[in-house]
Amino acid sequence: MTDAVATAPAEIVPVLPTRRELPIWRLLLRRPSFVIGAAILLFWIVCAIFGNAIAPHDPLAQDLLRLNKPPSAAHWFGTDPLGRDVLSRVIVGSRTILIVTPLATLLGTVLGTALGLAMGYFGGLLDALVSRLVEAVLALPAVIIIFMFVVALGSSVRTLIIVIGFIFTPLVARTVRSSVQVERQLDYLSSARLLGERPARIMFVEILPNVIPTVVVEFTVRLGYAIFAVATLAFLGFGVQLSTPSWGSDINASYGLLGAGYWWETLFPALAIASLVIAINLVADSTQQVVAG
Amino acid sequence: MGRYLLRRLGLAIVTLWILSLIVFFAGQILPGNPARAILGNLAAPSAVRALNHQLGVDRPLVTQYLSWLGGLLHGNMGKSYTYQSAVEPFIRAALINSAKLAALALVVIVPLGILGGVIAALNYGRALDRLISLTGSSAATVPEFVSGIVVIVIFGVTLKVLPVTAAAGAGASFFTQLKYLILPAVPLVLVLFGYIARMARAGTIEALESDYARTATLKGLKRSVVIRRHILRNSLLPTITVIATQTGYLIGGLIVVETLFNYQGIGKLIFSAATAKDFPMLEAGVLTIGVVYMVATLAADLLTFSLNPRLRVGGME
Repeated sequence: MTDAVATAPAEIVPVLPTRRELPIWRLLLRRPSFVIGAAILLFWIVCAIFGNAIAPHDPLAQDLLRLNKPPSAAHWFGTDPLGRDVLSRVIVGSRTILIVTPLATLLGTVLGTALGLAMGYFGGLLDALVSRLVEAVLALPAVIIIFMFVVALGSSVRTLIIVIGFIFTPLVARTVRSSVQVERQLDYLSSARLLGERPARIMFVEILPNVIPTVVVEFTVRLGYAIFAVATLAFLGFGVQLSTPSWGSDINASYGLLGAGYWWETLFPALAIASLVIAINLVADSTQQVVAG
Repeated sequence: MGRYLLRRLGLAIVTLWILSLIVFFAGQILPGNPARAILGNLAAPSAVRALNHQLGVDRPLVTQYLSWLGGLLHGNMGKSYTYQSAVEPFIRAALINSAKLAALALVVIVPLGILGGVIAALNYGRALDRLISLTGSSAATVPEFVSGIVVIVIFGVTLKVLPVTAAAGAGASFFTQLKYLILPAVPLVLVLFGYIARMARAGTIEALESDYARTATLKGLKRSVVIRRHILRNSLLPTITVIATQTGYLIGGLIVVETLFNYQGIGKLIFSAATAKDFPMLEAGVLTIGVVYMVATLAADLLTFSLNPRLRVGGME
C-alpha cells in the first residue's frame, strides 16, 4: 500500500535559501580578511584625502638642524636627509599612488573587457592575433615593459595611467575571453541570436552582466599589480615628479643611506607600501572567493 | 611528439618576433634624438646630425627595424651608445651574474614552496591552509624592494651579520660570494613562494580527491605511502611548469633587487641603460630576458611532456 507514495513523482523539492542569495557585500563583510584589508585601504584613502590635516608636521618643511634624526617623541618616524618629518611624508605619500593606480586599472579593465568580449564572441583572426600579443606581453614581467615605455615617454600621471592601462588591456582581455567562451555555450545566447539581436547588443547587454564577477575579480587583482608597478617605478627613480611626497620616490632618495644606519627614512615608507599591497590582496582574495561561491 | 614540438617552437618564434616589435618601438618613441642625448645640449647641430647619421638613426623606422632584426639573427645585438662598443660582452657578463643569484633563489624556493603547498593541501580548509595561502599570496604582491629593505634593515643594519651590498669583489671565493648573495635572494624567494606553493597545493588537492588515491587508501596503504607514491608524483607536474615559467620572471624581477643591492646583473644593466638612455643596450637586455623566458617555458613544456606518459598518446592537440 506504500506503492502510491513510493512512485509519486518527487516534484516538490524545497528550495533552501543558498548563501549566494545574500548580496555580495554582506558575504564580503562576513570575511575577516576582507574587513581587515578594507579597513587598511580605507585608512590610506582617508590619508590621501585629508593627509595635510592629519599630518603632525608640514611634510615639505625642511629643518636643516635636524637632518637624519632617529625616531623620537617629536618625530615618531624620525626625519629625512632634508630634515623633513618622515611620519608626515608617509601619511601624505599615499596620494599619488591612490590616484594613479585605480585610474590605470580602470582603463585597462574597461578596454580589456571590451576586447575580451569581442575575442570570445567573434573568435577567429582577432582572437588569434590578440592571443599572440598576450603571450608576447607575458614573456616579460609587466614591470619591465612599463618601465621601458615610461623611460621613453617620461613619467607623468597621464603617461603612467595610459601605459599601465594599455599593458593591462590584453591581460584582462584574456581572462574575460575565457569567461565569454563558457557563456557562448549557453542557451540564452542562441535565443538572442535567433531573435535577431545585433552582436554589439548580445555582447554588452546579454553577455556582459554574466561576466561581471570575473571582471570585478580581475580589477582587484590588477589593482595589486598596478600598485606593485607604480611603487617599483618610483623606487627606480621613474616616479611621478610632483611636489607632494610619494613613498617610492622617498625610498629612492634615501635607500643609499641604509648602510649609514639611517633605516627609518626608508623602512617606514616601505612598510606603508607593504601594508597597502597586502590590504588590496586581502580584498582581492576574499572577493574572488565570494564571487566563485 | 615531433609535430607538437614543431608547433610549439613555431609559436615561440612568432611570440619572440612580436616581442622584438614591442621592444624596438618602445625604444623609438623617445622624444628627441640619441645623438643629442649622447653629446649633450651644448653640441653643435652639425655634430648631432653627423652622429645621428653614424648611429644610423636618421634612416626610416622600418629600415632601422629590419637592420636591427637582421643583426639579431646574426648574433649582433647592437652597439651601446654609452660604451661605443658591442653590447654582447656586457649582456653575457651580466647574465652570468644574474644566473648565480637566480640559481641560489631557486635552490631555496623550490623545496620550500612545494613543502608549503603540500602541507597546505593536507590541511585543506583549516587555519594552517589559510595561513600558508594568504602569506604566500601577500608575499607575492609585496614589491621586491620593500621586502629587500626590510631584510637589509634587520640583518644588515641592526644585526650587522650580512653585507648590505651584493658586490663580493673580483675573485671572491664561492662561500664569500654566497654570503653576499643571501640577502638579495630573500626578496626573490618571497615573491616566488606564493606561486609555487599555490600550484603545489592545487595539484595535491586534486590528487587527494582522485579515485586512485582513494583506492590506495582503501587497499590499506599507510597515509605516508599514499602521499609519497601516489599523490606527490601526480600533483607536482603542474608545479614543474610553474617553476620553469617563474625562472623567466625571476630574471626579470632582478631589475629591482640588483639595483637595490648594487649587483652587476642583467637587471642592473637594464636599469643603468635606461637611466643613460642607452637604447641599444636597453633593447638587447629586455630582449635577452624575453629569450630566457621563452626557453624556460619551452623547457617546462618538454619536461612535463616527458614526465607525463598520458600526454604522449594523443591528447596534446
